[in-house]
Amino acid sequence: MKFVDEFREPEVISRTAAEIRRLADPHRHYRIMEVCGGHTHAIYRFGLKDLLPSNIELIHGPGCPVCVLPMGRIDDGLAIAQDPQVIFAAFGDMMRVPGTQGSPLEHKARGIDVRIVYSPADALKLAEKNPDRHVMFFAIGFETTAPSTALTLMRAKAQGLGNFSVFCNHVTIIPAIRAILDSPDMRIDAFIGPGHVSTVIGCRPYEWIAKNESRPVAVSGFEPLDILQSIVMVLRQLKADEARIENQYKRVVPWEGNRAALRAMAEVFELRPYFEWRGLGFISQSALRLRESYATWDAERRFVIPGVRVTDPKAAQCGEVLKGVLKPHQCKLFGNECTPEHPIGALMVSSEGSCAAYFNYEHRKTAMVSSISSVA
Amino acid sequence: MAHGAGGKASRRLIEGLFAPLLIGSSAQSLGDAAHLDFNGIKIAITTDSFVVKPLTFPGGSIGELAVNGTVNDLAVSGARAEAMVVTFVLEAGLPTPVLEAEVRAMGSAARDARVAIAGGDTKVVEHGKADSMYITTTGIGRPIQGLKIDPRSVRPGDKILLSGPIGDHGITILLARGELDLEADLHSDTRSVLPLVEALAHQAGPGVRWMRDPTRGGVATSLNELARDCGLGIVVMEEMIPVRDAVRGACELLGLDPLHIANEGQFLAVIAPEYADAALNALNSAPGGQDTQIIGEVREQPSGAVLVTTRYGGSRIVDMLVGDPLPRIC
Repeated sequence: MKFVDEFREPEVISRTAAEIRRLADPHRHYRIMEVCGGHTHAIYRFGLKDLLPSNIELIHGPGCPVCVLPMGRIDDGLAIAQDPQVIFAAFGDMMRVPGTQGSPLEHKARGIDVRIVYSPADALKLAEKNPDRHVMFFAIGFETTAPSTALTLMRAKAQGLGNFSVFCNHVTIIPAIRAILDSPDMRIDAFIGPGHVSTVIGCRPYEWIAKNESRPVAVSGFEPLDILQSIVMVLRQLKADEARIENQYKRVVPWEGNRAALRAMAEVFELRPYFEWRGLGFISQSALRLRESYATWDAERRFVIPGVRVTDPKAAQCGEVLKGVLKPHQCKLFGNECTPEHPIGALMVSSEGSCAAYFNYEHRKTAMVSSISSVA
Repeated sequence: MAHGAGGKASRRLIEGLFAPLLIGSSAQSLGDAAHLDFNGIKIAITTDSFVVKPLTFPGGSIGELAVNGTVNDLAVSGARAEAMVVTFVLEAGLPTPVLEAEVRAMGSAARDARVAIAGGDTKVVEHGKADSMYITTTGIGRPIQGLKIDPRSVRPGDKILLSGPIGDHGITILLARGELDLEADLHSDTRSVLPLVEALAHQAGPGVRWMRDPTRGGVATSLNELARDCGLGIVVMEEMIPVRDAVRGACELLGLDPLHIANEGQFLAVIAPEYADAALNALNSAPGGQDTQIIGEVREQPSGAVLVTTRYGGSRIVDMLVGDPLPRIC
């Protein structure tokens, strides 16, 4: 399959892995954060840790939109959905995320009208097909999905569609990275930059990480070879004592980003003064809301929102795992009270969350005999 | 309820509620069919309900699935289906031509599988209370000579066979629902696997230790059940698993794992190593078995789990499916 197979070619991958081993100073411990949940998932799914020397530690970052969404927001969204007029539409990613009264899927089982959509535009179509109902799209995601929400809202406005609204939970990546770098217990040497977000925002917004914080960044694709090449890039910089932004994902990411997408976002959204992130707390100017000119389509303005705040159980150490202070399995709840079926902490919720990825793909592997030779 | 999707929740429901209350506590291996002995007369029995939306899809329909599914459950338990009874639950207002088409599909599938439909029952429920129609088939069969299926007989070193490409049925259904703007030249793999199982029994019968058709929950769920039932590790090589490009592409786009996608015309078998070549040859030369592959083997470790290795040296644990596979977008 084109754009997939060539990035999983065993020979090139083993050459790149050898290059990583050559570059890594055996007397040094490297802590590299992959910001994006898609990378976390890929690292586990492809078993990339097996290819890295033990002194390269990958820290899983805050870039999983489902994981960082506070439970109160889910409760708020589902509170609106209790109205029999309302159709609650969201991505499949959201369906198993628990609110205090259960996940959207569990609400669906109790008779609430919950629909899985594949894009905000599908939610808009749902509104067109059901003129006597109100469709509320529960929007989540970073700059990756925000432009499609923006374009959908522009269309709703152009059509004057009254029975559609967006409950906006879009967040932005840069403030989250800043929060992690500002944290006193933070210990990260370099970043693997988020590929999908960067297709929209480009590479410039990361420049301060190199300039002010002296940390190398490689914006990376999601195939095994992409991620390994990005590790090579940051290792080379660390070796040369440099800090630059490199674009490994050139086949998709333009340095300047996608202007049309950014324009759509600017037309529809403005920054919230602050927003709560699960595991990280309140971060200023880190999330988007609809502008006044889109108030008609803003679920937070149209409906009475309970404004639920739910604090994570004290024993859950999501914040420490997010900042790389703890590994997923070092959390007291991991694998006992907190599992993908019954997630307590944020990072166990989505398959892109570091705890869920660790649980699904890595857990129990440690007990195995290390050498796996050919079987047939 | 996630309990119908064939993964962990289904298993918990059976082990935690049905087996202890209905079967007694000794249901240690939950096979696809029960084998009973009435004073020396051996029969196998199984039942399965079919709920699918849409009713018809490229490559098949609910009626055909209802026959093949039960024939296959018996086949992988080591039995040849002889007769079945059918229950229809119909939604009031279901157009007669739709029902007739499904009854014809059942008749045709039953003739192909040489199984007699011996009786049945029909219930009609109010409009809106059922998705057009549900079909339940209960089949009885005779044990196939020379086959003994028991997960406890599985040993380290045994080979794992897969009869053909995976994920065709699940992805076909996903696309047939029309909710995705995706099209692919793909059809369900629904078929009776009995001829393949018989070919296997004929050429390598004494070496066959375990079989399962990886329907809901996919290959990953079936192999995890095996790992738990035999207490050993199942190591599978990803590159040996046949997956069509259309299925792979859809899975890559939607963030799904082909190992979790449903099949309706494939089966997995664990074969003693000395019979592995004979088994592979038997299936490769049988009609419809040309894509059979040895995809892995049984090891001591990781005990009770499934490990998938990749061509480039990485590996991952693959668990049972939790609930339905949901696409990842953001």
